[in-house]
Amino acid sequence: MNASAMHSWHRWRSAIAWPLVAIVMLLLVNAAFDWTRTGTFAGAFQRGGFLSIVMIDGRPTGAIMDTLSRGATVALLAIGMALVIAGRGIDLSIGTVMAITGVTAAAVVDRGAPGWLAIPAALAAALVCGAWNGFLVTIGRLQPFVATLILMVAGRGIAQALADGQILTFRDPVIEFLSGGRVPWLPVPVPLLVAMLAALVTFIATRRTAAGLLLEAVGSNPGAARLAGIRERLLVFVTYVASALCAGLAGLIECARVRSADPSRLGLSLELAGIFAVVAGGASLAGGRFVLGGAIAGAYLLQTMTTTMYARDVSSDVAPLPIACVILAVCLLGSPRFRSDLRAIVKRGKQ
Amino acid sequence: MTSDSTHSSGARHLPTMIALTILAALLTFGSIRFDHFASVGTFAGLFHEYSFVGIAALGTTLVILSGGIDLSVGAVVACTSVIIASLVERHGVHPLPASAIAVALGAGFGAAMGGLIERYRLPAFLVTLAGMFVARSFAFWIEPHSISVHHPAYAWASMSAVLRVGELTIPLRTMIFLGAAALTMVIAHATPFGRYVYAIGGNETGARRMSLPVGATRIGTYALAGGCSALAGAVFTLYKQAGDPASAVGLELEVIAAAVIGGILLSGGVGTIAGTIIGVLILGTIRLLIDFQGTFNAAWTSIATGVLLLLFVGLQEIIVRFERLRARAARAASGRG
Amino acid sequence: MRSCVDARTEELPVAVRAQGLGKSFPGVRALTNVDFDVRHGEVHALMGENGAGKSTLIRILSGVHRADEGTITVTGAAVPFRNGRFPGSPGEAERAGISVVHQEIDLLPNLSVAENIGLGRQRTRFGLLLQRLMRERATAALARLGIALNVRLRLADCPIAVRQMVAIARALDVSAQLLILDEPTSSLDAEETARLFTMLRRLRDGGLAIVLISHSIGEVCSIADRITVLRNGTRVGTWNAPELPPAALVEMMTGRTVTSGERSSVAPAVLPELPALRAEDLACGHVLGPVTLSLHAGETLGIAGLLGSGRSELLRAIFGADAPDGGTVAVKGVRVRPGSVRASIAAGMAFLSEDRARDGVFADLSVGENLLMALQARCGAMRPIPRTEAKAIVDRFIAALGIRAASADAPIASLSGGNQQKVLLARWLAIEPTVLLLDEPTRGMDVGARAEIESLLASLRHRGLALAIVSSELDETVRTSQRVLVLRDRAVAGMIESADVSEGAILALVAHGGDPA
Repeated sequence: MNASAMHSWHRWRSAIAWPLVAIVMLLLVNAAFDWTRTGTFAGAFQRGGFLSIVMIDGRPTGAIMDTLSRGATVALLAIGMALVIAGRGIDLSIGTVMAITGVTAAAVVDRGAPGWLAIPAALAAALVCGAWNGFLVTIGRLQPFVATLILMVAGRGIAQALADGQILTFRDPVIEFLSGGRVPWLPVPVPLLVAMLAALVTFIATRRTAAGLLLEAVGSNPGAARLAGIRERLLVFVTYVASALCAGLAGLIECARVRSADPSRLGLSLELAGIFAVVAGGASLAGGRFVLGGAIAGAYLLQTMTTTMYARDVSSDVAPLPIACVILAVCLLGSPRFRSDLRAIVKRGKQ
Repeated sequence: MTSDSTHSSGARHLPTMIALTILAALLTFGSIRFDHFASVGTFAGLFHEYSFVGIAALGTTLVILSGGIDLSVGAVVACTSVIIASLVERHGVHPLPASAIAVALGAGFGAAMGGLIERYRLPAFLVTLAGMFVARSFAFWIEPHSISVHHPAYAWASMSAVLRVGELTIPLRTMIFLGAAALTMVIAHATPFGRYVYAIGGNETGARRMSLPVGATRIGTYALAGGCSALAGAVFTLYKQAGDPASAVGLELEVIAAAVIGGILLSGGVGTIAGTIIGVLILGTIRLLIDFQGTFNAAWTSIATGVLLLLFVGLQEIIVRFERLRARAARAASGRG
Repeated sequence: MRSCVDARTEELPVAVRAQGLGKSFPGVRALTNVDFDVRHGEVHALMGENGAGKSTLIRILSGVHRADEGTITVTGAAVPFRNGRFPGSPGEAERAGISVVHQEIDLLPNLSVAENIGLGRQRTRFGLLLQRLMRERATAALARLGIALNVRLRLADCPIAVRQMVAIARALDVSAQLLILDEPTSSLDAEETARLFTMLRRLRDGGLAIVLISHSIGEVCSIADRITVLRNGTRVGTWNAPELPPAALVEMMTGRTVTSGERSSVAPAVLPELPALRAEDLACGHVLGPVTLSLHAGETLGIAGLLGSGRSELLRAIFGADAPDGGTVAVKGVRVRPGSVRASIAAGMAFLSEDRARDGVFADLSVGENLLMALQARCGAMRPIPRTEAKAIVDRFIAALGIRAASADAPIASLSGGNQQKVLLARWLAIEPTVLLLDEPTRGMDVGARAEIESLLASLRHRGLALAIVSSELDETVRTSQRVLVLRDRAVAGMIESADVSEGAILALVAHGGDPA
């Protein structure tokens, strides 16, 4: 393996290492709880245990599958957010875009159109949102925080207005396939498939072309990028569109799961999940180098923590507390000053 | 460090003046369009309703002026209200010491966040986001549901603790708000601490080189913000007579929007407390107008807030660019290329 | 060069004495056994090439860094240093009477002049600032410098020269024994520099000890009483200014005798009809008046002038880094869209900026990635350069320019400044431009590297490139250019043709702007 491939491998490895370690530890913690509950080590793998996988109707179910499926939503958001953050931006509107997308799909189905028409229509709405954000940041030269804040604030209202303030329910086999469907020869939840597909497409688009490197250059030094002849405005614009599309897909999946679109609650606080996932995956909020695998690993770390909370009967309102602490711990470990403080404390403890 | 053009005199005052104009325009529009709108009672009511938002906005403004941000405002309000309600209802503590304890806790929480941000150079955005999750979850953990507070002191406070000035009745919460606002304005403009806050927001490396106490000031701003949010929570609990862990969701965004509308630059160093207060009043007026209209639903408040944000931020951009051109011309005219 | 002014030779009392200072950073020994003393009533210039140790010495004096060995004594200090040897923090240094004004004049633009002078040292009553007292104190501090200024003004509304006065006023406001000025004239024009020096002389005559760091030999000769030269972290010597003429000074700084370098070869026998680059009436707001120039393949055009005369602005306007307000640019007769970097690159132009940290270096990325960036940008996002080809190009340039790096995949931040500069130069050479616009291309390089780059540029010229080089080093300009365009006050002062190129001719145009007044 030549030198530069070696460096990429090292970067990838360090980005996903911590999240993976943490996920494994969480799985062990859950297994331990199951052990105490059932009295045997195999308890974790039996029906009702955290690590169990039971085939129902030929479809695998269980806490692990649940995590993989629900985590796909966060993973999608993390993929889009990773691109935006790499370009030194941020997208606070992804939660709201999920809501707008879901409501659009539901509204279209409501008016009698079939699912395979509703999905592109909804994604088109997401695309418009992304283009709006991209326009504000690249042409309007607004700070990304403020630019996406505007859609975040106004977008809820837009979603609510589109839905006339109601929670829209719908029944449509095509849309529902996104959540509960089954691909014949793959015993894998469809949301996970969608997320993996999105990850693959993004990987090809960024790493098998020069786009990823140019984006990293833009995030690392936007002024120098322009002087080197990079089309930084186009690249940054595309990241916002990509982020919105990912959010749109995530919104559709979430709607499919509950067969309804709630404009007030869909996607609430999920932009924070996206940002946390990317940070947990080792990326810097200031832009530059990014590793897609790290963002996805961070997303699954977040989801594993959430599922662990549910399995331990922690209410969904309280669950964020330990999760936030873990994210904070991840950030602290990334700070050199913290590491030296920690070393000093350990040294003093030994004396 | 933001460029010179954002700090020159023209760029500084214009957004606040414009905000004032918009407030006046909205109020005028309301009084023409709706009966009963143009009464002292309506405008006073605006103050009273938004007093707790205003209190929360005071501390957050200081944080933003120093170049930081505080996303935990709403969560701290909710957590405080739950702590007070729990202390009063479940532990028999008198509301006054309970509120004092809660405000102290809020300030301590803010100081802790500020400490992490300062010492380990973590992004303020991330730390206060985590703080938001921690505070809100903690609130739900103490009390999963809203609990009512029954205490004679509360009844007295909300009914009788008023000041009568001529025809006006000023309730306690507005008095607290006005008092806190006056105090914060004095701190910002007339104390060394306040000037240090502006200094950090204007040029942090320069402030450090000038041996100004950057670390202590930064932690101080977050402590003040936490204390203000907690005070807002105490006022909120007073008037709702209940502690609700699900309250004040999205408050931090409203406060940030109000600050931007009032002329604050999110990069720091530019803006005034008065500007944020005007921003809060503008948001309140919009909601009031929508209420009066009756036919629009709440969705339009969000959209209107978003549009206003867009307008004001766009305005700031235009002013900054204009100032940059003017400064270039002035420098060249004085002989420096 | 103007002759140096007679310096005082009386034994003046010592204000600050440093003895045996030593300092190491990971991997490099910055200072070794340096003695340095400054007397009351003198201006003491500290000179040396980049990397000689000047900044480290100043930072130790001002408490930013802690010395590894040695001591600093401030005569007349009220309180000794906490560790007894040197100031442990900027605050401690300031209290001892050592004040520094940095090159970037880091003050607070959004606060008033009075606050900039007084903040951090104010008196308060009941916790409230005494605004009027602060304003009076600021006015008095400025008056001591001979300046009257409305102290209520926001600093952002004041020009840079005034801000520098404010910085100096702040520095002196705390009963300073020693004032250190780090490159104070880098942002000033000639008039402002003269005013600054007048003020410094006045302060000196009042008994202040002043240390001045400067790269300008002319300035140093006009103001310094004594000169200390550092080289490679050691003190070469200290002289009274009149004892050290400019040639000797340069010899001390570089460690080798100054040869009057060979003027790199004659202009090409026949200049091609069509200029490689022609800019007509190019103007950029108020920072650049209408400039017209032609550049031919196979020639090097030197662009000379004082700081602030518009040299960098000219190159940036030609390249499109800053959008010009008027005028045209044409490459080989074909008009190029103004203000568009991509159009300029597509037309065959390349531009190396003088501020590599801001305009060139991608700190997160590797040496190879930095080197190939312009080439990759031109290929577009959809066509990545194949790995083998990329490696070949990078290796070729690392060898050709002598770039010292652990490997092509090492982070560019691990390279020294001079090597980073070489990587950026390679970036532009990799796209095989026809017109090369270089702004201070040898900045940060030591004398050896400088010579390498100069010969490389000469060989490029022989291969048919057209080069325009901005340089602050007159000798470099004279050595490498066939013609020299001299700018003064954002306009063309004159063009010096091949036979007449000399330092004297350039200086004459700079000083008199072309008219014999």
